[in-house]
Amino acid sequence: MSTGTKPEQRRHYTNTRGEHLLRRYQRAHRRRRRAEVRLSEASQRRLMWTRFKRHRLAVVSLLLLVGLYGVALLAEFVAPYGKLDRFPDATYAGPTRIHLFHEGKPHAPFIYGERVALNPDTFEYEAVADTSQRFPVKLWVKTDPYKLAGVIPMDRKLFGTGDDSQPLLLLGADHLGRDLFSRILHASRVSLLVGFAGVLVSFVLGVILGGLSGYFGGRVDAVIQRTIDFIISIPLIPLWMALSAAIPPGWSGIQTYFAITLILSLVGWTGLARVVRGKVISLREEDYVTAARISSAGHLSIIGRHLLPALTSYLVVHITIAVPTMILGETTLSFLGLGVTAPDVSWGSLLQQAQDVTVVANYPWLLTPAAFLVVAVILFNFVGDGLRDAADPYSR
Amino acid sequence: MSHYIIRRLLIFIPFLALISIVSFTIIQLPPGDYVDTYVQNLQQQGGTVNAQERAALEKQYGLDEPFPVQYGVWMGHVLRGDFGNSFLYDRPVADILAERVPRTMAIALAAILFTWLIAVPIGILSARRQYSVWDHAFTFLSFLGLAIPGFLLALVLMYVVYDKTGWLVTGINSPEYRSAPWSVDKAVDMLKNLWLPLVVLAVTSAAGVSRVLRASLLDELKKQYVTTARAKGLPEGKLILRYPVRVALNPLISTIGWMLPAVVGGEVVVSKVLNLPTTGPVLLEAILSQDMYLTGALVMMLSALTVAGTLLSDILLAVLDPRIRYE
Repeated sequence: MSTGTKPEQRRHYTNTRGEHLLRRYQRAHRRRRRAEVRLSEASQRRLMWTRFKRHRLAVVSLLLLVGLYGVALLAEFVAPYGKLDRFPDATYAGPTRIHLFHEGKPHAPFIYGERVALNPDTFEYEAVADTSQRFPVKLWVKTDPYKLAGVIPMDRKLFGTGDDSQPLLLLGADHLGRDLFSRILHASRVSLLVGFAGVLVSFVLGVILGGLSGYFGGRVDAVIQRTIDFIISIPLIPLWMALSAAIPPGWSGIQTYFAITLILSLVGWTGLARVVRGKVISLREEDYVTAARISSAGHLSIIGRHLLPALTSYLVVHITIAVPTMILGETTLSFLGLGVTAPDVSWGSLLQQAQDVTVVANYPWLLTPAAFLVVAVILFNFVGDGLRDAADPYSR
Repeated sequence: MSHYIIRRLLIFIPFLALISIVSFTIIQLPPGDYVDTYVQNLQQQGGTVNAQERAALEKQYGLDEPFPVQYGVWMGHVLRGDFGNSFLYDRPVADILAERVPRTMAIALAAILFTWLIAVPIGILSARRQYSVWDHAFTFLSFLGLAIPGFLLALVLMYVVYDKTGWLVTGINSPEYRSAPWSVDKAVDMLKNLWLPLVVLAVTSAAGVSRVLRASLLDELKKQYVTTARAKGLPEGKLILRYPVRVALNPLISTIGWMLPAVVGGEVVVSKVLNLPTTGPVLLEAILSQDMYLTGALVMMLSALTVAGTLLSDILLAVLDPRIRYE
């Protein structure tokens, strides 16, 4: 027996496990056949989902993303403090360490109290752990009553010390002594949802304009295509910046937020419109469209009921890829001070504090919102990649 | 060929008109107009303006006219090189543009060259060794590059450089060289400062470009002329560089089309973070203080130059690639 064959095959010839293996192969084969039969009648959506599930990285990313959105929606519950809660003693406090051992012995998670002491070397007042005071970190801890998502009254938080005299600052505090971790969670609601809100607007614009452009062709097509050419050939960031200057300073957080979403999606639709147009052009000569036309279906119902459903998978893929662009756009604007402004927070506006290198050098934890941003965008890209492979009917 | 160039140039004219309309709309968008701001500034300095003077001012700037007329007046001035006055800097806008816009454009172009310098070897390597460790590593890096916004990369790199070496990268030249005449030292100092914005801008776009090159090179490598050349015994390195790479480089020229707007936009933000004396900080200042003539003019110049660059790259591509049909 040559050494190149697989161990299973070798065993097949050398011992009695052969029969057993054969049965196993047959069973696997039958299972695969059954799956094939089932999938042969499956809808496009189901096929896509089956292929997507094979892409392990994409599935994990999707789960993580869902988790991230879940945390963002439940920010008030998960974050130990409100986005504006201040701890005057904790300005620029570093991340609080959670200890699992006290004097060498295992202990339920707790944090030490802190007192300010003079450092004999640098002659600076520094926070020093006070090992005589211990604050246990508890789950489902009781706090002041608040409203989850502005509706459900609650008086419990996911975790905390239940004692405000010693704040639990997982990622440190900012220049006003506000808990950065809590602020990041509250900010993620703004930053993550702007992606969806923006994509929703650009989705509507892109599908309608792209559909019209592809279906009618001719002059309509030319006008829409030149508009798209124009929009993608000018530098967007300066344009976004200039447009956000038009947001009246008196507007409330939500109004500003919607204005930013609109500004971002002003451009987002172009890519989608191109995809939709290309697909519609290739589909409009199909027999079933001709059949619909002969049965005197209106233009709009042909586009809406016969053409667009055929592109659902492409639309889903495109949306997933478009969301991170929106998130990055909002972050950039807010970072420059042109987007979300205090008291509202977004990842970009949190990073504003980190604009100065000397500040970052002293308080590096102020950069942590960036980690959330990068992770979210990468996850979206992975999911988009998986979906793109799954939606491609020629992949395997 | 000349037909194609003329047609592209003809499309360029309505684009320019559209850019000017968008820019003028930007000037008009914020509540209040130039006279409001002017009057406010005067009042802050203790002056007063009565209704008559106000009306005279409005007439002077044509603010009592409808939008198209105002646009016509503004455009007439712009065509004569008069972009109005920036009250933020108390200088003609045209001067500020002449000082700042060329720098932004120069940095953007240098960044594009730098992008190719990074992306071409990476693209060739990952296409030659598809699914190797290198390919996967670069794929991952390109995902990372796409996920990190330019301003963040600039911040982090600045912090790392400052933390490790104590060298604070800021501006184009260090303070002691800023007003010095040109010399070798000054040029060296400039490179010491300028590499960071270039790297930041290049990394972000190199992620995309190397993927494009990889994909087009993979297509080329499968073609028969490569097999033929190999069968004839051409050394592998020579073969790759001389034939498939040359063909696959063509899409790179067309990437200028989408890279230029992105790089110019990125430059605006990065230069704000790194405090470069280009358009970025000026644009942000102008927007925050509602200096709308400056804002509009900056957006217009940046957009017009970007569109012109895209046009040039299209024509260049048509000249270089004989396969492109001009209809």
